Amino acid sequence: MKRVSLVVTLALAGLTAQAASAQTLKTVKDRGMLSCGVSQGLPGFSSPDDKGNWTGLDVDICRAIAAAIFNDATKIKFVPLSAKDRFTALQSGEIDVLSRNTTWTLSRDTSLGANFTGVTYYDGQGFLVKKSLKVNSALELNSASVCVQTGTTTEQNLADYFKGNNMKYEVIAFATADETVKAYESGRCDVFTSDVSQLYAERLKLATPADHVVLPEVISKEPLGPMVRHGDDQWFDVVKWTLYAMVGAEELGMTQKNVDEIVKSDKPEVKRAVGTDGNLGEQLGLTKDWMVRIVKAVGNYGESFERNVGSGSKLGIARGLNQLWSKGGIQYAPPIR
Amino acid sequence: MAIEPRKPPSQLLPKLQRALGGRAGWSGFVLQLLFVAALAWISYEIVANARANLQAQRITAGFGFLANNAGFDVSQSLIPYSGSDPYTRVFVVGLLNTLLVSVIGIFFATIIGFLVALGRLSPNWLLSRISGGYVELIRNLPLLFQILFWYLAVLAALPNPRQSISIFNGIFLSNRGLVIPKPIGEAGFEPFVVALLAAIIAAIILWRYARRQLFQSGKVIKVWPYALAMIIGLPLISVLIFGVPVTFEVPVLRGFNFAGGSRLIPEFVALTLALSTYTAAFIAEIVRAGILSVHKGQMEAGSSLGLQRGSVLRLIVIPQALRVILPPLTNQYLNLTKNSSLAVAIGYPDLVSVFAGTTLSQTGQAIEIIGITMGVYLLISLVTSAIMSFYGWRISRSMGG
Repeated sequence: MKRVSLVVTLALAGLTAQAASAQTLKTVKDRGMLSCGVSQGLPGFSSPDDKGNWTGLDVDICRAIAAAIFNDATKIKFVPLSAKDRFTALQSGEIDVLSRNTTWTLSRDTSLGANFTGVTYYDGQGFLVKKSLKVNSALELNSASVCVQTGTTTEQNLADYFKGNNMKYEVIAFATADETVKAYESGRCDVFTSDVSQLYAERLKLATPADHVVLPEVISKEPLGPMVRHGDDQWFDVVKWTLYAMVGAEELGMTQKNVDEIVKSDKPEVKRAVGTDGNLGEQLGLTKDWMVRIVKAVGNYGESFERNVGSGSKLGIARGLNQLWSKGGIQYAPPIR
Repeated sequence: MAIEPRKPPSQLLPKLQRALGGRAGWSGFVLQLLFVAALAWISYEIVANARANLQAQRITAGFGFLANNAGFDVSQSLIPYSGSDPYTRVFVVGLLNTLLVSVIGIFFATIIGFLVALGRLSPNWLLSRISGGYVELIRNLPLLFQILFWYLAVLAALPNPRQSISIFNGIFLSNRGLVIPKPIGEAGFEPFVVALLAAIIAAIILWRYARRQLFQSGKVIKVWPYALAMIIGLPLISVLIFGVPVTFEVPVLRGFNFAGGSRLIPEFVALTLALSTYTAAFIAEIVRAGILSVHKGQMEAGSSLGLQRGSVLRLIVIPQALRVILPPLTNQYLNLTKNSSLAVAIGYPDLVSVFAGTTLSQTGQAIEIIGITMGVYLLISLVTSAIMSFYGWRISRSMGG
């Protein structure tokens, strides 16, 4: 489908959504290209590097899906979307999957006509302030001006938090993350609020990151995950199990480096995963070696995490909740069998 | 023998034929019918298809979502609003903010536009060049760029609240906007307003009386000293009897921001400045064209009657020019209103930002919300152009044209 402006897409919603509403996997295969909705540039999650290649944890999900389908992680068209436009793009069929630091909530899971397929990153909302303000706690923010990106759960959590703590504030809501950060940097607001991971990422873009500090309070649960449209269970399964394949690979000890070795393993659970035993991948509408393809392309979940947001990246975020369940976190893949 | 007047042949059938099919007759009528049918079929297909797809994706259609709680706050609201109000309230807040910035933008754009046009036509070389430069500079730069310029380059460069520029320790200018003392009505407020209104009405009656005297008997009555005395005197007497009408709540810096007082947020100021200066450049050209369209003999005739340049313009040239000016001026007013939706770029909470933006993305009701928003802009535009048409009709009537 051609990239048309959102408004036009919307006007033609009836005409364009038709082809994409069912059999997404077949549509993607026929097209030879996965259309993946990402952010407009959030380091660590989805941002283009200096050569124009998209990288990040959210990008890796799409790369893994493309690898599982085409055995080629480059057969993707990335569609950068603002928070405000992302759901419309998914509804209208402009993208096949939305992998764009989006918080899983009940109303988004139901009324938007889309489903979350899992949690790629367990996040929470925090506050970024200038060190010079000498604020140590979010509870000291009474009467502050707060910059926020519009169309996010952040905006609503913010209202709840200040109301719940009987504090006054002024909210200034911008359409894109860049505009929000620019307004914060220019001094229009005292505080920039967003998911903590995003605060760390955006802080890197500021002129002097060391002058800004993320306050200790985390005021909400923000489980971020990919979304697909309602009404296509097969595609829902493909996207859901791609993430679980990455987590499962980490549980099994499959890595980008040892994947060629581990294929020869005779452990039953590894044989099932790499497809030398059974046909799990084919049940998904993919190939037997789908997990091998995924791990070869992007590595397991832990590798992707460390490379994009963890110790191997500029962000340097600790695994925390995103560690495997067996190591003190809550990332957990249902049995791949 | 009386001659029967010959009956004209019945005109009904050919008339109907012409009305429905134009010159082409019945074949034209069939073509038109086919066209209308095709149009109806396409509209039906779009609606039915959209409905089927919404159902397939299990997106709830309808307007029930409007009664749900919004759950987010807005930085500027003309009516009391909090996050626990429903989306209908958000809609009204956004609509009022759009109307506010449009009306104030139109007001200033008109004034600046007329002044620049007069400046451009002025015999003063410097003035006319500066006005010409203004028009060429402003109308040739993209509006979004100008909005961002005012917001990020001019207003954001102001100091933070703790170092704000203070005037008489009551008015504060900072990058959080302009804070001014807020008037609070006291016991003497109502008598004060009544006295002021009474004085103004009396002055108008006096002025009209003086005008009638002038036209009927040529007698010139000096009105303004009496009018001024009344307009100052009557309210003053009311203050002496009933006490002061208002006291002022002076803003104080508390914590991060100013508490108390009234505040113009920088988003509003930047948007109003950009919209009014931008539209003024176009209005200036329209007004200039209108004035130049009035024959120069009118100007000379006015001068030969001994009228000054200002009076000639005001009494003779502009009323005639207005007939040319009004239709394109209406276009500019409509453009300004529609352009106000660029507010979203700088976080001004207009209708598009809070309703077609935040509300849409929270509820996912794209078709309903975009439909409502388009309807509202259409309505605003139609009302504006109706008002302007009415004004134009009055002018042409008063000129006997």
